[in-house]
Amino acid sequence: MDFSLTAVELGKKIKNKEISVVEATKAYLDSLEEKEKDIKAFVTIDREGALKRAEEVQALIDEGKLTGPLAGVPVGIKDNMCVDGMLTTCSSKILSNFKPTFTATAVQKLEEAGAVIIGKTNMDEFAMGSTSETSYYGATKNPWDLDRVPGGSSGGSAAAVAAEEVPYALGSDTGGSIRQPAGFCGVTGIKPTYGRVSRYGLIAYGSSLDQIGPLAKDVTDCATILEIICGKDEKDSTSVKESGDDFTAALVDDVKGMKIGIPKDYFGAGLDPEVKEGVMAAAKVLEEKGAIVEEFDLSLVEYAIPAYYIIASAEASSNLERFDGVKYGYRTEEFSDLHNMYKKTRSEGFGPEVKRRIMLGSFVLSSGYFDAYYMKALRTKALIKQAFDKAFEKYDVILGPVAPTTALKIGESLSDPIKMYLGDVYTVSVNLAGLPGICLPCGTDSKGLPIGLQLLGKHFDEKSIIRAAYAYEQTRSYERPAFATGKEA
Amino acid sequence: MQITDETIDYVGILAKLELSEEEKEQAKKDMTNMLEYVGKLNELDTDGVEPMSHTFSVHNVFREDVVVNGDDRENMLKNAPEQKDGAYKVPKTFD
Repeated sequence: MDFSLTAVELGKKIKNKEISVVEATKAYLDSLEEKEKDIKAFVTIDREGALKRAEEVQALIDEGKLTGPLAGVPVGIKDNMCVDGMLTTCSSKILSNFKPTFTATAVQKLEEAGAVIIGKTNMDEFAMGSTSETSYYGATKNPWDLDRVPGGSSGGSAAAVAAEEVPYALGSDTGGSIRQPAGFCGVTGIKPTYGRVSRYGLIAYGSSLDQIGPLAKDVTDCATILEIICGKDEKDSTSVKESGDDFTAALVDDVKGMKIGIPKDYFGAGLDPEVKEGVMAAAKVLEEKGAIVEEFDLSLVEYAIPAYYIIASAEASSNLERFDGVKYGYRTEEFSDLHNMYKKTRSEGFGPEVKRRIMLGSFVLSSGYFDAYYMKALRTKALIKQAFDKAFEKYDVILGPVAPTTALKIGESLSDPIKMYLGDVYTVSVNLAGLPGICLPCGTDSKGLPIGLQLLGKHFDEKSIIRAAYAYEQTRSYERPAFATGKEA
Repeated sequence: MQITDETIDYVGILAKLELSEEEKEQAKKDMTNMLEYVGKLNELDTDGVEPMSHTFSVHNVFREDVVVNGDDRENMLKNAPEQKDGAYKVPKTFD
């Protein structure tokens, strides 16, 4: 079994009967169980369910009922998306025993397209973090260097793809949680426009910011996956039907005349010089291919993180009220009355970072502080959106780094929350403005760690960033970490 | 702004969290730092700027008031920490 195959390539081989779904699923499971000793990208591995499902999918393919590009291809699902009957923990103790009785719409769409779910991938607890270290079940390791973090919060999904434990995975992005781990792990990930993919069944963190998206080895895979999972869903009233969702039509190696803006403010203090060099080299490549590349001032960049943490924490404090030990999840063993049960359940069930954000959120929403913090943040969000609108009057795509550095050492950022938050400087504004973004690898630094290139587009114009990313990708070959190549044979 | 013990206790009530003395001290420190950091927004003049919750215009979504999901009681109770007579069981709430 060739684990270097992309999801679409594997789908073709399955369609051509070069390999059966059961063979592919079994090969991935066997290899994954070995690799997991080092990577720990999964919270739950459903070997039995996956093999049973593989047989069913093969039968449907043989009957001609499943003909799509990803039929029979195994997938990992971030552990904040509900899958009927499968443990879904959000990497938290408070959901350590939660088995949903329904499936998230995005996941269901993949299943209808013939996906075989291998298991649930690790993440920062409730997606709060940028390193995947805040998981109750332990940190995931970066396949490029096992002493380093895979990024987060979709770190398990990104590491699983980079380590070739699965051909592709779903992640979610509230402030960069698909793009930044994709960058740290040298894979490709798309955060779609807010509303493009249904959030039904995604356990909410910041509802006005959350989006589900794909992580895979290349742009073709990501466009193919997104085409399957997107669309309006009655169960998520913020999801919309918008045109421009034929994403694979944008897989065209042509950027002639495309206007690409580089925000000067993304290249200031704090950016690692090697990351800068890698990203600027990628811009040069696009320019050589005929794109019109120029620098501009985006403005307001330093206000995005403060606004983001106020809004995200406020929404989190409200969304996480539901975890009280009554309807599902963990309940404390001993309690004196109802109120005491709530408090003890939550205090024992949530980790430190989640508590920190719930408390900050409760504070900024409390009377007396609501206007000064929460409303101020919503006004800032309006200004940030305006700044992007202005930029997109001139440019089709905005290009920059995904993070100020490459992957950090494990433990490096946990001690200082604000320092960790600052790592999100290039990603959070996209969520505030509801824009689509893609991250793909653009080389490695002198430590041999992948550098992530980020491309941002207008609302519902994923196609432009897919086209630019695809055109850039054609100039280089996919780099596999030694961990993945070393596990061959 | 400096976060006091009273504020932390109040936030604990709002957030329904019970903190140990040690956790309270840490929370005071963390929240003071964080509020100082997000206070950066005060540099921005936002007078006359409408607060934005959605980035593009969304309208209320109506549908016909028809039940489509049926009785899901059994499924919903599958995850209940405690149940009794087809309902969630909680500690006594009044005498």
